[in-house]
Amino acid sequence: MEFRSPEFKTRAVHALHDANLQKALSNTKAGFVVKRAQAAEAMPEFEALRDTAAEIKNHVLNNLDHYLEKYEAAVTAAGGHVHYATDAEDARRIILGICKKAGARRITKGKSMVSEEMGLNEALIADGYEVVETDLGEYIIQLADEPPSHIIAPAIHKTKDQVADLFAAAHHKPRKTDRAELVAEAREVLREKYFTAEVGITGGNFLVAETGSSVIVTNEGNGDLTQTLAKVHIVTSGIERVIPTLDDLSVFLRILARSATGQETESYTTFSTGPRREGDVDGPEEYHVVLLDNGRSKMLGSRFQDMLRCIRCGACMNHCPVYGSIGGHAYGWVYPGPMGSVLTPLIKGMDGTYDLPNACTLNGRCKSVCPVRIPLPDLLREIRHNQFRKDMTPKRQKQALKLWRYVAERPKLYHFAERIGVRILASMAGGKGKLRSLPFDPGWTGARDLPAPTGRTFLELWQAKRGDQ
Amino acid sequence: MSSRDTTLSAIRKALGRGPLDEAARSKLDARIATPPQHIRATVDDADLVARFTQRFESRAGTTERIHSLADVPTSVTALAERYGIAPSAVVGSALGELTWPEGWQIDHGAAGIEVMLGVSLAWRGIAETGSILMLSGPERPITHNFVPETHVVVLPVEHIVRHYEDCWVALRERGQGAPRAMNFISGPSRTGDVEQTIELGAHGPRRMHVLIVG
Repeated sequence: MEFRSPEFKTRAVHALHDANLQKALSNTKAGFVVKRAQAAEAMPEFEALRDTAAEIKNHVLNNLDHYLEKYEAAVTAAGGHVHYATDAEDARRIILGICKKAGARRITKGKSMVSEEMGLNEALIADGYEVVETDLGEYIIQLADEPPSHIIAPAIHKTKDQVADLFAAAHHKPRKTDRAELVAEAREVLREKYFTAEVGITGGNFLVAETGSSVIVTNEGNGDLTQTLAKVHIVTSGIERVIPTLDDLSVFLRILARSATGQETESYTTFSTGPRREGDVDGPEEYHVVLLDNGRSKMLGSRFQDMLRCIRCGACMNHCPVYGSIGGHAYGWVYPGPMGSVLTPLIKGMDGTYDLPNACTLNGRCKSVCPVRIPLPDLLREIRHNQFRKDMTPKRQKQALKLWRYVAERPKLYHFAERIGVRILASMAGGKGKLRSLPFDPGWTGARDLPAPTGRTFLELWQAKRGDQ
Repeated sequence: MSSRDTTLSAIRKALGRGPLDEAARSKLDARIATPPQHIRATVDDADLVARFTQRFESRAGTTERIHSLADVPTSVTALAERYGIAPSAVVGSALGELTWPEGWQIDHGAAGIEVMLGVSLAWRGIAETGSILMLSGPERPITHNFVPETHVVVLPVEHIVRHYEDCWVALRERGQGAPRAMNFISGPSRTGDVEQTIELGAHGPRRMHVLIVG
């Protein structure tokens, strides 16, 4: 998928002025945020489950090579094939090879962020395959020729009217405006695709070493039809997604849906273990798992190892004020929001990703809701340190900080400057309590007001108060 | 070096060690052989059937209590009449002994695109979340769970357990490893992808009815 993180700033400004997007984003808050809070509240064990989940993940990461070998052996024993891919190109080569061998023409896909990371759709289409995304949200954005804007709700930025236009143009049927009719129309169109596709590609939320099973969690059932009706099932997943046992998995099943959508459970949790068995009347004839590294092994043992605990629930972005203002597309690659601002520089490199960690306000809401307790603000700050060490910080910012440091190390000068500053700002605000634009940094006030001081500094107020007593 | 070896050695290098020694490996294998038990959601209900029913129905599923397996065709017929579904269904051969009223067409094979009704035997019901667990196999085709617009699930009351973990114990006792496919199903197919408003019947069944037997 196209890498547009270098354009973060301009895309963020564009997003702030997109009325449809702003309407859609306001729904997120009312939906996911409130529902997650209710789900967490309703479960007394929720916090303890988060601790346990983080512990299990840490245990796996410290023994990752062993659990991958165990998982691989179990898949092989069940008649499946495990392929390791060091990077996106390696993964594309493997999957194109499987599709070619299967004589495929049409390929259905369940939602997989790892496949977006691989740039898989573009590669398959370039090789002449028809690729059909079957998750309704992914299908909508595929018709719109856009990348996902949220990892679990990829079409969250689209309004019903926009969906109606896309369907009318693609399906050559009378334009529907009723939500249920739109869903029914997609159901009918996609059904035919499931039954005629030769290859079905899904993601893998979890890989169970004990049984050799890949696990997907969905509400629509599209992943199940994709992987059951095609002759060949290909699972795409990251090397860090393996967990030891079914009992470990149970912990994650209890926190994933609650963190993601506020549901107690999704409609479907599906385990796949190898191809069709003797006597089976349905199921795929071949089963492949493609495990992607793509920079993950480099995070192990580093300050960023905690990021590998991520289970891709989307809670961090749902609760992020920056994501909530600009949506997912501004981030410019597969993973948006806080987790994306950590992963994108680590996977795609420091070049072109400077703005992502710097867009964070370090408010900490992401960390407070992360089901596996990833210290996202600390990791974002760590990336900023790396940027500074590599001398990537803009000159003007460095000069401003140097000036601030000079003043801050001299308390008398600091208080004097502060007294002058608040009085100027207060008089500029003219008693309205806020400033519409800042003369020295109009960018800052481009999309917000600056609360203006009322005339005295904190220290002055404090000293006056102490004098009173 | 193969991508497999490259990946595994990159992992070991990052962790600052070579392959694990024999002692460490057997410790990890023992953790798989005897899985540690973790904290669960408290399910202190005395009546697991009531809990299952309440939870399953909270997600737009419906349930009905019947006396014995022999009552399944009567209930399915009533349901089909209620929703105007033709008397034709895919039924796993796990339920092959049922006697259907005259006029019903019953097929034990995989579900094709035109099939509107599926009747399946659940392996377990989980009271914690009100979910059913289906195992695939020659007698329980997996397409029956996803292709038909209406899915009727037969759940013997003695197979309702408290937690997910109770299913794992039963699965290990069964002793054949994991089946090819295993599905927790917790209600009809749904989507919130159009303006975050829930619609039922996105791709899988629009309607799910559980017959609790016994």
